[in-house]
Amino acid sequence: MTAIAEPVLSDRTTALAERLRTAVGTERVLTDRAQVRTYECDGLANFKVTPAIVVLAESRQHVVDTVRLCSEAGVPFVARGSGTGLSGGALPSADGVLLVLSRLRKLSPVDADNRQVTVEPGVINLWVTRDAAPHDLAYAPDPSSQLVCSIGGNVAENAGGAHCLKYGFTVNHVLGAEVVLPDGEVVHLGGRAPEHPGYDLLGAFIGSEGTLGVATELTLRLIRVPEAVQTMLVGYSSVEDAAGTVSDIIAAGILPAAVEMMDALAIEAAEAAVSCGYPEGAVAVLVIELDGPQVEVEAQFRQVEEIARARNAFEIRIAADDAERALMWKGRKSAFAAVGRISPSYFVQDGVIPRTKLPEVLAEIERMADERGLRVANVFHAGDGNLHPLVLFDDAVEGQAHEAEELAGAILELCITSGGSITGEHGVGQEKRMKMGKQFTPEDLDTMQLLRCAFDPDGVANPGKVFPTPRLCGERPGVRKGEHPVQAAGLGEVF
Amino acid sequence: MTAVTDTRRAGGPDDAVGGVVPREVVRPTTVDQVAEVVRAAAADGRSVVPVGGRSKLTWAPPPESCDLLLDLTGLDRVVEHVAGDLTVVAEAGVRLADLQAQVGRAGQLLGLDPPEDGATLGGVVSANASGPRRLRYGTTRDLLIGITVVLADGTVAHAGGKVVKNVAGYDLGKLFTGAHGTLGVVVSTTWRLHPVPPARRVVTLQLPDTAAAGPLSVALARSTLTPSAVELIAAADGTARLVVLFESIAESVAGQARAAVALLGGGEESEDLPEDFGRRPGGADDVLLRLAYAPASLSAVLGALPAGTAVAAHAATGVSYAAVPAAEAAEALPRLRAAIAPHDGTAVVLRAPDAVRERLDHWGPVGDSLDLMRRVKERFDPERRMSPGRFVGGL
Repeated sequence: MTAIAEPVLSDRTTALAERLRTAVGTERVLTDRAQVRTYECDGLANFKVTPAIVVLAESRQHVVDTVRLCSEAGVPFVARGSGTGLSGGALPSADGVLLVLSRLRKLSPVDADNRQVTVEPGVINLWVTRDAAPHDLAYAPDPSSQLVCSIGGNVAENAGGAHCLKYGFTVNHVLGAEVVLPDGEVVHLGGRAPEHPGYDLLGAFIGSEGTLGVATELTLRLIRVPEAVQTMLVGYSSVEDAAGTVSDIIAAGILPAAVEMMDALAIEAAEAAVSCGYPEGAVAVLVIELDGPQVEVEAQFRQVEEIARARNAFEIRIAADDAERALMWKGRKSAFAAVGRISPSYFVQDGVIPRTKLPEVLAEIERMADERGLRVANVFHAGDGNLHPLVLFDDAVEGQAHEAEELAGAILELCITSGGSITGEHGVGQEKRMKMGKQFTPEDLDTMQLLRCAFDPDGVANPGKVFPTPRLCGERPGVRKGEHPVQAAGLGEVF
Repeated sequence: MTAVTDTRRAGGPDDAVGGVVPREVVRPTTVDQVAEVVRAAAADGRSVVPVGGRSKLTWAPPPESCDLLLDLTGLDRVVEHVAGDLTVVAEAGVRLADLQAQVGRAGQLLGLDPPEDGATLGGVVSANASGPRRLRYGTTRDLLIGITVVLADGTVAHAGGKVVKNVAGYDLGKLFTGAHGTLGVVVSTTWRLHPVPPARRVVTLQLPDTAAAGPLSVALARSTLTPSAVELIAAADGTARLVVLFESIAESVAGQARAAVALLGGGEESEDLPEDFGRRPGGADDVLLRLAYAPASLSAVLGALPAGTAVAAHAATGVSYAAVPAAEAAEALPRLRAAIAPHDGTAVVLRAPDAVRERLDHWGPVGDSLDLMRRVKERFDPERRMSPGRFVGGL
């Protein structure tokens, strides 16, 4: 299942590399096989494509020059931040340019009164909160990879995290973006103020997975650090009781900052990897965090404790300080990697279901896994129904990888038939584009293409991602009419 | 079921949108009927203007033409409310107030509180209307999780879904929010809901002038207090007060109200909201503006308004509504726009007496993305038949 594509060093890319060297400097343009191979994949390592050219941008002008030259040459480009994406969104094009933005790392001073900060796309997620902390402010989106992932990548994927149950996703925390469009034009979407007149192109751009352009600067909203935070770790003898606790908390009108769930296999893995000391013998654990004004957190925390006991929790541990809270989170946040301790290989899946369907969907996943003789460890954002099933397999066993891949796909289809989505935070990217047609109708996808064509009529920005079939845009409407030459030649379908 | 063709009638003066009388009015009751009607209009090259509760028709300039007025109030079904998931699917013609009443019976709310009477969900989305509680819940872009639209050619398309967390595909709900019917017709909406807070406490502080509100709202925003709304209500005569709303459990609102009084250096506590809370300022003789700016610039922005301007500011959010006396508006508006530009400020006309409306630049400067917006419009509505001319740059 590992796909490796060799680079294409065509006349076209050779000529482009020369122009790029002139524009952005020889030292920032890589074509050496050994060097460009470093960028052959992102966090989804089972897809690998070696790019023809890598550009290490250090300024907005480098981005503008690179994108414009690509556009003029009709060569595709793929933007990349830290490369931690899990859906292959930053998988290079073999005959294209990989535009690396991780050297664009400037943070402006925090504007505390407006609760904002402006940053470059290569800035690491956690740096934003680090800079905001002295002002008692924080950047809310907190993907588990926040130590290494970049803001630009977060924006491309509309990244979430454990605390988005209460605080929302990246799209709710980005106020403005400077964007280099796929033809090299620079536009400003949104800004330091809300409700800019015109279409909300910022909202449409965030989460577009690099297919609408490249952000070179982002203005982020910061939140006030809450007065109090309390965290509990709860152990259960059944998954149903854990899921029931989540439903009861929501039914009681409580909106926790986070509710995370792990099943027995995920707990076993986390224990083996980081010795997080989760309750022994637990079939499921919940990590529940409340934040807000002190009195509110204390009262609701007691209420949550009662709900958990009523749902047969056999152990409730309350974090006495930040160190204990960190340990509770350590088990959860390291869960993906930890699974490597109990299985030679695994697929990380990302799907969403309506929260109320949690018990039946988990039972069905177990049944599907048993049927194939495979194991699935479940780690998820239970509060918002975002599942991360980890499908375990052994590469050494003939055919097992294929079986595991099929199971991972079947789980996604279960998410769709349960009324959910094929991705809650990892994005569609390369990995799930063939599933888009199961969640959306052809008309839905055609309508999304209208937006893409407005931004990228020539299809040079991260082509082949998100959508199941590559399509051409046709002429710009109102400008010229007539059949697109590619359509006339029977080579593609036009919108 | 009545055939949609049976609902057709000639338009009259009462149907006018900004003075433009439609040739024909049709009132479909299903999404399929909307698609049928729009497809037929596309075949004849007719312009289409969708309307809901007609409560915000002046928020966009009049259409250049209106062959067909699409009255969406017949799409009035709440399709699915799943209380356990805090989500609801409702058609575009459902009144916001009716939806609130229905989900309210399950102890839930949709976190949007624009004050316009009779507003429908489609209109709230298309005009991007919001109210004081945007401080707590955000606006349509934060709460709309799925959308169904009918495009200019009659295509029915969906985006988003029924789950709060979902990053599959482009978020077309954002694109249609605030688009005033210029990209297509919003026919169904799916929302994230919130629990109704059990208790409320209000702190009201009289202010010497509007300028005093700026530092106080910054102080509130930088504190650990979590108000649902911070409203500055200022009358034309210059009297002003700050109304801070706390909504949570009883222990919390009591403690927070006390802390707010200490922080503000005064203020009266009460259970009830003042009658004018959340209302747009001014009357029919004024020009109503929506101002948006970097939030901490509140005092500077209000200081740029002409004397005698009534204001209702969502003080901590960077959005204010101002009622400028009509006689001064044409002269004041360009000056105001220039004065607030350094604060990333924009001013949009929401309502104006007929006599002055044509002299006002409705939307003001849009910035360097206008051409991109034009390209979006050209892709979605290449023949320019959907609410033509109602949007920025004459789109």
